[in-house]
Amino acid sequence: MIAELGHYALILALGVAIVQTVLPFWGARRHDRQLMAIAVPAAQMQLFLIALAFTALVTAHVTSDFSVMNVWANSHSSKPLIYKIAGVWGNHEGSMVLWVLILALFGAAVASFGSNLPPELRANVLAVQGSIGVAFLLFIITTSNPFVRLDPAPFDGSGLNPVLQDPALAFHPPFLYTGYVGFSMAFSFAIAALIDGRVDAAWARWVRPWTLAAWMFLTLGIAMGSWWAYYELGWGGFWFWDPVENASFMPWLAGTALLHSALVMEKRDALKVWTILLAIITFSLSLMGTFLVRSGVLTSVHAFAVDPARGIFILAIMGLFIGGALTLFAVRAPLLAQGGLFAPISREGALVLNNLLLTTTCAAVFVGTLYPLALESISQDKISVGPPFFNYTFVPLIVPLLLVVPFGPLLAWKRGDALAAAQRLTAAAALALIVAVALLAFAQRGPWLAPFGIALGVWLIAGALSEIVYRVRLFEVSIGEISRRLGSLPRSAFGTALAHAGLGLAVIGIVATTAWREERIVALAPGQGVDIAGYHLTFDGVTPRQGPNYQERVGLFKVARGAEEITELNPSKREFTVERNTTTEAGIHPSWRGDLYVVLGDQLKDGAYSVRVYFNPLVRLIWLGALIMFFGGAVSLSDRRLRIGAPKRSVAKARRLAAAK
Amino acid sequence: MTRKQRRGVLIGTCLAVLALAVGLVLVALRDSIVFFYSPSEVAEIRPGPAQRFRLGGLVEDGSLKRDEGTTVRFVVTDRAKTLPVTYTGVLPDLFREGQGVVAEGTLQADGVFHADSVLAKHDEKYMPPEVAQKLKSQGLWRGDAQAGASQAPARVN
Repeated sequence: MIAELGHYALILALGVAIVQTVLPFWGARRHDRQLMAIAVPAAQMQLFLIALAFTALVTAHVTSDFSVMNVWANSHSSKPLIYKIAGVWGNHEGSMVLWVLILALFGAAVASFGSNLPPELRANVLAVQGSIGVAFLLFIITTSNPFVRLDPAPFDGSGLNPVLQDPALAFHPPFLYTGYVGFSMAFSFAIAALIDGRVDAAWARWVRPWTLAAWMFLTLGIAMGSWWAYYELGWGGFWFWDPVENASFMPWLAGTALLHSALVMEKRDALKVWTILLAIITFSLSLMGTFLVRSGVLTSVHAFAVDPARGIFILAIMGLFIGGALTLFAVRAPLLAQGGLFAPISREGALVLNNLLLTTTCAAVFVGTLYPLALESISQDKISVGPPFFNYTFVPLIVPLLLVVPFGPLLAWKRGDALAAAQRLTAAAALALIVAVALLAFAQRGPWLAPFGIALGVWLIAGALSEIVYRVRLFEVSIGEISRRLGSLPRSAFGTALAHAGLGLAVIGIVATTAWREERIVALAPGQGVDIAGYHLTFDGVTPRQGPNYQERVGLFKVARGAEEITELNPSKREFTVERNTTTEAGIHPSWRGDLYVVLGDQLKDGAYSVRVYFNPLVRLIWLGALIMFFGGAVSLSDRRLRIGAPKRSVAKARRLAAAK
Repeated sequence: MTRKQRRGVLIGTCLAVLALAVGLVLVALRDSIVFFYSPSEVAEIRPGPAQRFRLGGLVEDGSLKRDEGTTVRFVVTDRAKTLPVTYTGVLPDLFREGQGVVAEGTLQADGVFHADSVLAKHDEKYMPPEVAQKLKSQGLWRGDAQAGASQAPARVN
């Protein structure tokens, strides 16, 4: 019953989405306010219906209703409750429902909070959002219906892939999707602007918070995925340049560029055409991410069952939206008036450089990800493009960008003074240099470039702080004046500084763990030990243990530093009974220096076990940095000036007040 | 600075960055791509000991042997030809005899493939698409019955 209700709600939602696409668009053409106004209740109704369908699916999973095929295929009665819920989006059909739910959420947000938008703009935005909804709802209903029933109902389910039964992964897809789908807002606004043939600073003020929110969630989603891969896959790495990782990283790169170019557009009314194009590209890359993951065209840990019908459907959706958007762009973009001039050395100039390097980097990642596919379809040759490709292309392109990041916020709009900015960054540069020299002198091993990588991270952090220091005139004025200045500094300035500093931390983590990681692969019999990075590990054998829906063999490792025993690590191998599948749980001992990481391997013929031990220096800074970037975005989002439509409303209010007097 | 000069600086910078990117991509593509072969193709192409490639196929039943330490030997088959593989390290969780595997490394003069990484996929029903396709093209694919789909109850609506 509940499944049929969900199915019915999905079909109704499709109908509502069609209404939301057609009527407001038509109304906007005819400047008919009543027709345009339909968009608002339609968007809200769509959210309600999709939320209903999603709730129905969650209910079916939680109550283990195995007469629903999706539940049978991905759940089991013995699975812990949190994974019954997370299992809803741990599979293709459910994750697509989550996708449209988030889409509807964004649409309803514009409908509900967008009363101060020009009516034509809002109608067009909601119509475009509605059309994306139509495409994906149609896709779900025709090719990926999660509410298909089984008859007779099986006694129990076949379980969820054990590697997905993990807390970090339970929340990774919702964050990632909020990011992906969030960029649909920028896309819809861009298309609406193109339809209108008009775009201005107010438009950018509207788009920026949505883009920022999407970017924040994507940042966190990617970081969570990487954190999960780090401790769950048992390879000790944090990023593998896997196609699916790239699929989420490309929208992030483009989205970061969009964030910065929208800034130029909002403040200086320049880069309009480029910002619109970037909004289209960013969402297209999000769509491509969905396609790559869902179609199974790529070999990856994430590839779900290969179903060509689905792949072709999503390819058609992509072709329609990307092709249509770019055609519209080609026709209408020349109409958009060019605004604000600027000198090459200026805040705008710096942001253009940022955009140039970010989009080029994104293009390089794009080539590396899709080249094997293209080659295979042309020549039947099967190749794989691995980490070396990305290291050769990504690193040389991103390093110049990181070098100039601290300059950006210190340059004035329109015409900046590079020398003055450099002077304000002297302390940061000196600090970075000292770090580089000290590391060069003391690091006994590792590549000679690594100290410069660390220095780059230090430069980013110190550079970000320099901006705040400069703006509050620290060391120059009295404490009272400093606190007054701190108070009057816009939150977006702190947001920028936090995000850039977080980036610096992540760079330090990435460089340190890549350059100075230690690895031992040994065969250990009980009683034997291994030394790594100042630790001594003693292997005490293996004991069996029973988990809620698995049995595990737990390795006992005593960890000592010098004479003192610090802790015991228990890496394990879990055998999931239902899924007949094994996972590796690493034993990790974190410290401020880095992580000690132990993986239990197979039993060898003489009773010993193969054991992998890693020491990953400063690896946690990567995720800490991403978290700080997220908070930087949140601080910036809370800025009064960015709060949606705030300036406009306050102006209106002031006028009303003036009139009342 | 005139408008024309400003535009020149902008276009010049763009071109420089693009040229750098194109150069890097081309060099990296030449040096770091890895081909994927099945045992039959290896027998045909005979890659030299300097050429890294990925070997994909099924782990032959009963072929897994453990040497001293953490070195293992096994045989990869595509049901037409076979190739012995040696690997030092920890095998992935889902490495099983009779299951799909992808190994990366080089073919040494002794005719043994020295792998430095071994991947098995995270699903017991999973077979690397390359392997499935090769098996299909050689007429050895037994369809979804092989993937255990026969357990699925009948599907309605």
